[in-house]
Amino acid sequence: MDLLKRHLAPILPEAWAQIDDEARRVLKLALAGRKVVDFDGPHGWEHAALNVGRLVLHEKELVEGVRVGTRVVQPLIEIRAPFTLDVLEIDSVGRGAKELDLEPVVEVSERVARAEDDAIFNGSSEAGIRGIIESSPHPPVELPIDPAGYPRAIVEALEVLREAAVAGPYGLVLGPRWYKQVSEASEDGYPIRKRIERQIIDGPLVWASSVEGAVLLSLRGGDFTLTVGQDLSIGYAAHDREKVELYLTESFTFRVHDGAAAVYLKPPLVV
Amino acid sequence: MGSETYHEPLELISEKTKNLHRGIVSLMEELEAIDWYQQRADACSDDELKRVLLHNRNEEIEHAVMTLEWIRRSHQHFDRQLRTYLFSAGPITGIEERAEGESAEAATPATRSGGCLDVGSLKGGS
Repeated sequence: MDLLKRHLAPILPEAWAQIDDEARRVLKLALAGRKVVDFDGPHGWEHAALNVGRLVLHEKELVEGVRVGTRVVQPLIEIRAPFTLDVLEIDSVGRGAKELDLEPVVEVSERVARAEDDAIFNGSSEAGIRGIIESSPHPPVELPIDPAGYPRAIVEALEVLREAAVAGPYGLVLGPRWYKQVSEASEDGYPIRKRIERQIIDGPLVWASSVEGAVLLSLRGGDFTLTVGQDLSIGYAAHDREKVELYLTESFTFRVHDGAAAVYLKPPLVV
Repeated sequence: MGSETYHEPLELISEKTKNLHRGIVSLMEELEAIDWYQQRADACSDDELKRVLLHNRNEEIEHAVMTLEWIRRSHQHFDRQLRTYLFSAGPITGIEERAEGESAEAATPATRSGGCLDVGSLKGGS
């Protein structure tokens, strides 16, 4: 069954290709969680829940001497973000236009990337997802106001992971403001970013729209898993003479297996 | 070095590609072993040894399939193609025609992937 119903959209093949390419480009740039956590899938639309290997025993016996337990599963969530394109604009590809105005595609891709990352890093009680930050048992390390002090805070966080016997490589995920500060700051003329990348951590620095502050985490694998049913896809909703409504969708859930593999670096109280 | 068959500088190859390479090379080795055992068993004149060789061949088939399953789980296009062709019936080339016919009928060339953007894992620079 084709849930996406793309064949019903009044969109030329070349325009579909541009829409998909643009969404893919922006998503790969904006998605942060997928750069640092394990990926399980895609399992397709039919994949509804994740087996978490637990059993909840009922108080009441089914019949005398027969106890009952219900298996615990973590359901996948489906997200869907609509966006609208101008029919005249996307038809211009048939007249030879090479570059369509795909700003709505850029915007929706950033929005969906933010949603997925928000679930991964901050969790969602409605979705039954515990995020990386709230799952960390370690006290947060406070980032200093002056970015020149970031390397020291990151070293402190790194020591927390090492003391907890969490092996590397380690990646550093930074919220937009902190990523910018790290990229721009220098100490005695030497860029802070280079110092962090070359002398402190052995993994990537990752920009994440959903993180306030930063998260240092192990990339060794087995600690965090993003389980995807239907991977990010564009579907068709409706159209009239002037507009066509599409949506970006996916189904997923997220599990933290060992919260100790991450340390939160919280922003200073006064910024 | 784990493999002598890298074709590009190691520093330019992502960890994901290195692991896929390990999986593919392992699969090649298992398939080669199956072929060898099969031929030896055919040629063998001792019944007891022949049974051992066929047993070993079957072990290698298990290894090959386990490795193939790892590759399927790790690579979306392997997954898609295996889901299309494995455990099917009728002429194999007909499956391709049918699969392409369905996508051409139901969708444009740009939607042949069914609308999935194939983003997948981005860990390890992939």
